[in-house]
Amino acid sequence: MTRSPSLIAGAILSAFYLIVALVSFAWTPYPVEVLNIADKLSPPSEKYWLGTDHFGRDVLSMLMVGARTSIGVAVAAVGIGMGIGVPLGLAAAANRNSLFDEFIMRGNDLVFAFPSLVIAILITAVFGPSAVNAILAIGIFNIPVFARVSRGAALSLWTLDYIFSARVAGKRSFLISIEHILPNIANLLVVQGTIQFSLGILMEAGLSYVGLGTQPPTPSWGRMLAEAQTMIYLAPRLALLPGLAILTMVLGLNLLGDGLRDRFDPQIWRER
Amino acid sequence: MTIKTKLAALAGGFAIAAASSAALAANSTITVGMQLEPPNLDPTGGAAAAIDEVVYANIFEGLTRFSADGSVRAALAHSWDISEDGTAYTFHLNDGVKFHDGTAMDAEDVKFSLDRARGEDSTNAQKALFAGIANVEVVDSLTVEVTLSEPDGNFLTKMAWGDAVVVAPESIETIKTHPVGTGPFVFSRWVQGDRVEIERNPNYWGEPVALESATFKFISDPTAAFSAVMAGDVDAFPNFPSTETLSQFEADPRFAVIVGSTEGETILSTNNKSGLLGDMRMRKAIAHAIDRQEIIDGAMFGYGTPIGTHFAPHNPDYLDLTGVSAHNPELSRKLLEEIGYDGSAIRLMLPPPAYARRGGEIIADQLRAVGIPTEISNFEWSQWLEQVFRNKDYDLTIVSHTEPNDINIYARPEYYFQYDNPEFQEIMSTYSVTTDAEMRQALAHELQTMIANDYVNGFLFQLAKTGVANAKISGLWPNSPTQANDLTGVSWSD
Amino acid sequence: MIRYLALRFASLCVTLLVASMVIFAIVEIIPGDPASFMLGLNAEPDTVAALKKELGLTGSALSRYVGWTTGMLAGDFGTSYTYRVPVSELVVARLSVSLPLAVYALILSTAIAFPVGLIAASRRGTATDFGIMGATQLGIALPNFWFAMLLVVVFAVGLRWFSAGGFPGWDEGVSSGIKALTLPAIALALPQASILARVMRSALLETLGKDYIRTARAKGLSRRQAIVRHALRNALIPVLTIIGLQFAFLLAGAIIIENVFFLPGLGRLIFQGITQRDLVVVESVVMLLVFAVVTVNFLVDIAYAAVDPRLRIRS
Repeated sequence: MTRSPSLIAGAILSAFYLIVALVSFAWTPYPVEVLNIADKLSPPSEKYWLGTDHFGRDVLSMLMVGARTSIGVAVAAVGIGMGIGVPLGLAAAANRNSLFDEFIMRGNDLVFAFPSLVIAILITAVFGPSAVNAILAIGIFNIPVFARVSRGAALSLWTLDYIFSARVAGKRSFLISIEHILPNIANLLVVQGTIQFSLGILMEAGLSYVGLGTQPPTPSWGRMLAEAQTMIYLAPRLALLPGLAILTMVLGLNLLGDGLRDRFDPQIWRER
Repeated sequence: MTIKTKLAALAGGFAIAAASSAALAANSTITVGMQLEPPNLDPTGGAAAAIDEVVYANIFEGLTRFSADGSVRAALAHSWDISEDGTAYTFHLNDGVKFHDGTAMDAEDVKFSLDRARGEDSTNAQKALFAGIANVEVVDSLTVEVTLSEPDGNFLTKMAWGDAVVVAPESIETIKTHPVGTGPFVFSRWVQGDRVEIERNPNYWGEPVALESATFKFISDPTAAFSAVMAGDVDAFPNFPSTETLSQFEADPRFAVIVGSTEGETILSTNNKSGLLGDMRMRKAIAHAIDRQEIIDGAMFGYGTPIGTHFAPHNPDYLDLTGVSAHNPELSRKLLEEIGYDGSAIRLMLPPPAYARRGGEIIADQLRAVGIPTEISNFEWSQWLEQVFRNKDYDLTIVSHTEPNDINIYARPEYYFQYDNPEFQEIMSTYSVTTDAEMRQALAHELQTMIANDYVNGFLFQLAKTGVANAKISGLWPNSPTQANDLTGVSWSD
Repeated sequence: MIRYLALRFASLCVTLLVASMVIFAIVEIIPGDPASFMLGLNAEPDTVAALKKELGLTGSALSRYVGWTTGMLAGDFGTSYTYRVPVSELVVARLSVSLPLAVYALILSTAIAFPVGLIAASRRGTATDFGIMGATQLGIALPNFWFAMLLVVVFAVGLRWFSAGGFPGWDEGVSSGIKALTLPAIALALPQASILARVMRSALLETLGKDYIRTARAKGLSRRQAIVRHALRNALIPVLTIIGLQFAFLLAGAIIIENVFFLPGLGRLIFQGITQRDLVVVESVVMLLVFAVVTVNFLVDIAYAAVDPRLRIRS
C-alpha cells in the first residue's frame, strides 16, 4: 500500500496542532488570563513573537490555548456523537426493519431537518452560552451521522456468511454487534470521526464567533477572530492568525480523513 | 505596501465614478448609521433607544424638548405659566401646527397623549414620568392645564423626553409602523431589517430644515459599521460602536470624529443582597481593586470620564468622589483578610455592549490580582433582563445607566442592586420636590456622597459619545442629553 | 408504489408534527420575554403586564401551541411581537433577499464546480488534478465568515468595487441588488463549490469505471468524449442531490454571512427574533425551514424510488 501525500500532510498538520494543544497545558510564553493594558496591540517582537491583542495578551499563547479549546470541544462533540450514535446504529441494524429501526431512522431524519446553526443558537439561548453547551449543540448533530454510518455498514456485514451463521447458532445479536460488527466498522468510524472532528472545529469557531461558544477568559479562535475584527485595519494579524489557524487545522484533519479513507478498505466505504 | 498601491491604482477609476455620483446627491440628503434597528417607531410604547434615535425631534415633538446642550426649551408649547405652589402648569401651544396627515395639533391631542401615557393599560416604558400628573384639562384649543399631585422641580424636563411626545388619536392605531407626528421630517418608509427613510416636511410649522431627506441605516456588526463608513455607504454614525477604530478615522481627512458625553453612568452593579456582597467591606474591597483608567484605556480606548458616584460629570451638581474608591489593591487585600474572605468565586454577568464585555474581562483581571476569582458569563439583553435585572440572580454585572438624572434608582430597594438605605430614601424624597437650585445642589451632593461611601456599586466611568461623520457635515449633536439623532440642524458645508 | 408513497407521506407528517413540538418546547423554555425586553430598565411591572396582555402572551402553553399550529395550517403564522406585522409578511420580505442570495451562491458554486470537477476527472492523477484537489481542500476548510471579512477588506474598503454590505431593495434596480449580493454570494459559494467539485469528480470517476463507459472507450471514444457523452449525464444524480442539500443549507445557514454583510435575510430574522424574544417569529421561521428541508428530502426520496425500485424495499 502506497503512502498518500495527503495522508502524510494531514497527519503532520493534525499532529502539530495536537502537540501545540498538549504543550499549552504545561507551558505558554505568557499566561493567557493576565491582561497587560500597557502593552496592548504591540507588533510582533522578540518579547511577543506574534504581538499582543487589545488587552496586551500574548497572541501566540492565546493561539496555543485556543488550539486546546478547539480540540477539546470537537473531541467531546465527536464523543457524544459516537457514544450515542454508534450503539443506536448498531441496534437498528441488528433489528433491521423493526419498529425500533424505523424509529431510529425517522429520528435521524428529524434531526437532519433542523438547521444546525439555528438550533445551536436556540440551545445557547436556553442554557446560556458556554463551552459545554456548544459541545452539546454540536454533539447532537453528530449523533444521527454516526447512527447512519454505523447502521449502513453494519447492515452490509449482517449479510456476510460467518455473521449469519453465528446468529443461526443462537448467539445474541448484542454480542454479535460487539464482537464481530464493531471491530469491522472501526476503520469507518475513525474516518467519519475525523470528518466530524473537523466540522466540529469549524462549528465551534462559528459559534464562538457569534459569541455563543467558549466564554472569556478562555481563549478560542472564533472569539479571537470576532474580537479582532474591528481592529483588522489597525492590527490585521489579530484577525488573520486565528483564521489561518482554523483553516490549517481543518485542512489537516480533512486531508487526514481522506488519506485514511483511501487507505482503509474502500469496499466498506462504498456500502455506506 | 506595494500590493496596496497597486490595488489603489486599480480602484482609481471606480472611485472617481463613485465619488461623482455621490457628490450629486450629497447636499440634500444624509445616511445615518445606527447599530440597532428600532423594533417599532412608537416612542411612547417601547424603551428601545433606537426608536428615539430615529423619531425624536425629527418626526415627533413634545410640549418641550431637549437642546443639544441638554437644556430644555419650548417646542409645541411656546410658553407656560406655573402656579405659585408649583402644582399647576398651563401650557400655551403654538398656533397652526399640523400633524403629517393634515389634522391640526391642539390641546385635545396633548390631553390624549398624556392621558394615554399614564392610563391603566399604558405600555409606556417610562410611565413614571407621568406618575405625578393628577389631571390634564383642556382650557381652550391652544391651552392645556396640567395639575400635579405635588410640586416637581423636574416636570418640564420630563415633558421633553421622547416618551412624552404628542401623538394624535387619528393616527395612533398605526403609529408603530407608520408614525405620524408634527416634526420637520415626515416618515416615508421602513425597509425592515435595513433602513428607515424620512423626508422634509414641506408644511412644517417651525423653521424648515436644510436636508431634503434622510436615511437611517441599521448596521449591528461593529466591523460592518466601520467598513460602511470607510466605504462611504453611510455619511454619519453618531454612536459609533467601536472606539478602537476611531484613530483611523481621525487620521483620515475625509472624516470627522465627534466626541461628546452621554448620560450613561457605567457602573459595576453589585447585588447588595448576595452573600458576602451584602458586607460593605467586601464591596469596598472590590471598589479599591478597580483601576478605572485601565478600564477606560483598555475597554474604551481612552474614551470616557472616571466617576466616583452615580452622577454625570457634566452636570453642575456633580461631585468628584473618585478618591473615595481610588485604585488601592493593598487596601483591598487587607479588607479581604479582615472579613475572612474564603476565595470563593464571584459571578460576573455581562450584557452585549463592548463596554461591558471588555470592561468585564479587565475587571475580572483586576479582581484576580487581589485574590478574588470571577466567573464570567456573557448574556444577551433578554436573558440579562430576566436573570439579572428582574430575578436579581447575580453577583456583579456591568451596565451603563443612560437615563438623565437617575440617581433616584438608589431609593428603590427592590431595584436590581437592592440597596436599601432609609436615610437615602428620605433625602431623595425631599430632593425630588425641591425646586430651589441651591438647595437641590446641596441635596444632590449629599446623595452622591452617601452612595459613594456605601460602595453600593463600582462606579466606573461616564460613557463617552463617539461619533464619526463625513467632514463636510455639520450640526450633529456632539453630546447625548437624550437618545436622539436630531437632524433639524444638520447640513452639508458645500 | 402507492403504499410506499402513503407510508412515506405519513412519516413526513409525523416528522413535521414532532418538529413543531420540539421547536415550541425549546422556544417556550427560553428565559426572558418580549414585553420586558421592549420596555427596558425603567418599566413599571403593571406596564409589562399590560403589554403582555396586548401581545397575547397570557394563556397556557398548550392553548398557545394549539393556536400556533392550527393557525399555521390555515396559513396564518402569527404576528411579530416586535414589528407588529404578520410573520408571513416579514418572511416574504426576507425571502426576497435570502432566496436570490441562495440561488446566486448556488449558481456561482455550480459554475465553478462543474468545469473544475470535469477537468480534474478527465486529468486524473496529473498535476492539474492534484492541484485542483488541493485547492478544494483549502476551500472546504475555509471558515466562510473569515473569508467574508477578507472580501470586505479587499473589495469594499480597499478597492471600493462593492459596498461593504446592506441591501438597497429590489425596487432600486435589479443590478444594484445583484451587486449588493455579490460578495456574500462569493463567500457562501466558495466552500460549497469545493465540496461540489469533489463530488463531481468522484461521481465522474465512478461512472468512468462502469462497463458501458469501457465499451464506449473500446469503440474508440477518447476519454474526454466518453466523459462528455456518457459519464456526465450519469454523474448528475449524486451531484444534483448535493445541490439540493446545499440549497437548503444556504437558505438557513447564511446567518453568519448575513451578519457580516448586514443583509436583511431570513437567517438574521431568526437571530434578531431570538435576541428580541420575538418568539412567534423564531418558531414560525424555524418551522418553515424544517418544512422546506423535510419536503425536499421527501421529494428526493420519491424521485429515487421512481428511478430505482430497489430502494423502495429499504423503507
